[in-house]
Amino acid sequence: MSAIYTWWIGVDAPNPRVLASVRAQIQATFEIPVVAWDAALRPTDTLDVRRQQHHSTAILRWLRTHRPPDARKLIGVTDVDLFIPVLTFVYGEALLGGACAVVSTARLGRLPGGPGPDPSSSRLAKECVHELGHTFGLVHCSTGRCVMSRSVNLAAVDGKSATFCNDCRLQYLERLSQLETDHE
Amino acid sequence: MNRERTRILIVDDEEIVRESLSGWLEKDGYTVATAHDGPTAVNRLNAERWSIMLVDMKMPGMDGLQVLEQAKKLQPDVTAVIMTAYATVDTAVTAMKLGAYDYIVKPFDPEELSLMIQKIVKQQALVRENVLLRKVLKREYKFRDLISKNAAMQQVFELARTAAKSASTILILGESGTGKEVMARAIHAESPRNNGPFVAVSCAALTETLLESELFGHERGSFTGAVARQRGKFEQANHGTLFLDEIGDITPKLQLDLLRVLEERSFHRVGGTEAVQVDVRIVAATNRDLKKAVASGTFREDLYYRLNVIPISIPPLRDRREDIPLLVDHLLEQLGVEAGRAIDGVSHDAMSLLMTHDWPGNVRELRNILERAVVVASGAIIQPGDLGLHRAAEKGSEPQGLLSLDEVERRHIAAVLEHTGGNITQAARILDIDRVTLYNKIKKYHLREIESA
Repeated sequence: MSAIYTWWIGVDAPNPRVLASVRAQIQATFEIPVVAWDAALRPTDTLDVRRQQHHSTAILRWLRTHRPPDARKLIGVTDVDLFIPVLTFVYGEALLGGACAVVSTARLGRLPGGPGPDPSSSRLAKECVHELGHTFGLVHCSTGRCVMSRSVNLAAVDGKSATFCNDCRLQYLERLSQLETDHE
Repeated sequence: MNRERTRILIVDDEEIVRESLSGWLEKDGYTVATAHDGPTAVNRLNAERWSIMLVDMKMPGMDGLQVLEQAKKLQPDVTAVIMTAYATVDTAVTAMKLGAYDYIVKPFDPEELSLMIQKIVKQQALVRENVLLRKVLKREYKFRDLISKNAAMQQVFELARTAAKSASTILILGESGTGKEVMARAIHAESPRNNGPFVAVSCAALTETLLESELFGHERGSFTGAVARQRGKFEQANHGTLFLDEIGDITPKLQLDLLRVLEERSFHRVGGTEAVQVDVRIVAATNRDLKKAVASGTFREDLYYRLNVIPISIPPLRDRREDIPLLVDHLLEQLGVEAGRAIDGVSHDAMSLLMTHDWPGNVRELRNILERAVVVASGAIIQPGDLGLHRAAEKGSEPQGLLSLDEVERRHIAAVLEHTGGNITQAARILDIDRVTLYNKIKKYHLREIESA
């Protein structure tokens, strides 16, 4: 079974501890091996000068053309602020059933380093699982604690868990079983 | 809330806006389509029904306000929101005057957009609830109110829909509580006679003399107590549909009378001499095996053939278990409205009970059980104890004769899933099969609803 790849594509140096805990959470939720991809390449031509934000859909396109060939799914993690044209910002983006996802730490609270438990690490893990869930075809869930519930603000991110509710888990397994059948 | 039911049409000349907005809304589970200009939007409004429209104000040719004007003519119920990059008071006022629900400035705050769509969906659900309530009161049903995803039922609906358009007599067969009267009402509602009356008579409820008078009416003084001329059900149903329920229970004399009406389209009131002509479409129903009744001589063969022009058989609920969750949702929505209580659904354990019960009383039994549950439930989610089904379910799960291997497997998997609280990995471990195999079996036996309840 091919792995899910995570790739730090941000500007500043990443915190390895945070990325390791994100990978652990992804692996626990999706039950698929997760591998860190650490190529030095970074997306280009994604900045909207007027908005001073990066177009997440353009990053997704870039990720698609640069993904490792054996990646089942690829999630890019960045520290730049993301947007889609109709919205003021997004925490992340993925196409339903697509191969790639992107999540930004820019609006998920302070970056790790300070004293005490840092909320941004668990928020990042939740948003990564959420966007990867979309790549498996899962839509938003109305169960507030489910990781697939819509994240419109930090309160919503903090209010949910990092795992699927029963229904989403079953849907995920259904998609996985379908993908494995197609693969065979 | 069924999100797929909410259909959103995005009208914007910028492809990038259409793409990003539709992608964002599709992830909420809504059905989304796009139109790149006004005329395309109008075409889509002509072709399909939409719940919400998000329309860009500034578009070349036909602008957003003109689209809005057309939308309100073509689909007055659609909720339209105007989107713009430049907010001015004048255009806002014009948009609202033309019936726009709201006016939003691009780019939107994700929270604001999400809340606005949720608010519209909630309002539309309230409107639907209101329509439902009126329907419950007036007992007006159409085929779209008959609920099933079962293949055999879909064939039944197809046949009934075609039969409704004809003038032929229809015989609805099915066990008690399968919804024969609801089907008859739907046939009437979708027939060319839907402006005429729908009159229902239960043939088993009355004695021969009373039923005769009920069906054909009587003249003044024809029997003790007949103080005035009374029109019978046949006359009341003129130019409409007469539903004769439990037709298998009528006496030989009435069978003969009925045969005459069917052949001659006229009859005499009890005690009358004048022939009364009627134009009535007969829909009859029974839970009895009329062929057997004909063979044993208790039902007239000629009447059987007169009635059995288009037979429609409704399968019992136990043969279409996959419909139970759908029916539960539908009935709870209805019962919640009737009882003035908001019921969100049934718990996992309660759904397990409902899925494994044998339903000898079919949909009517399900409705009665849920009606009781809506009354006694202490919270918004119905629990197993609220159903009053425990004993019945236990009894129902005892083998009645020898079971097929599939049925034994279905019951065993359902029991293991119930034991693990729906945890598939744990259930697969107990059953000693892999997760994907278990998932395929869950799908095969329609146990998904137990799992996700």
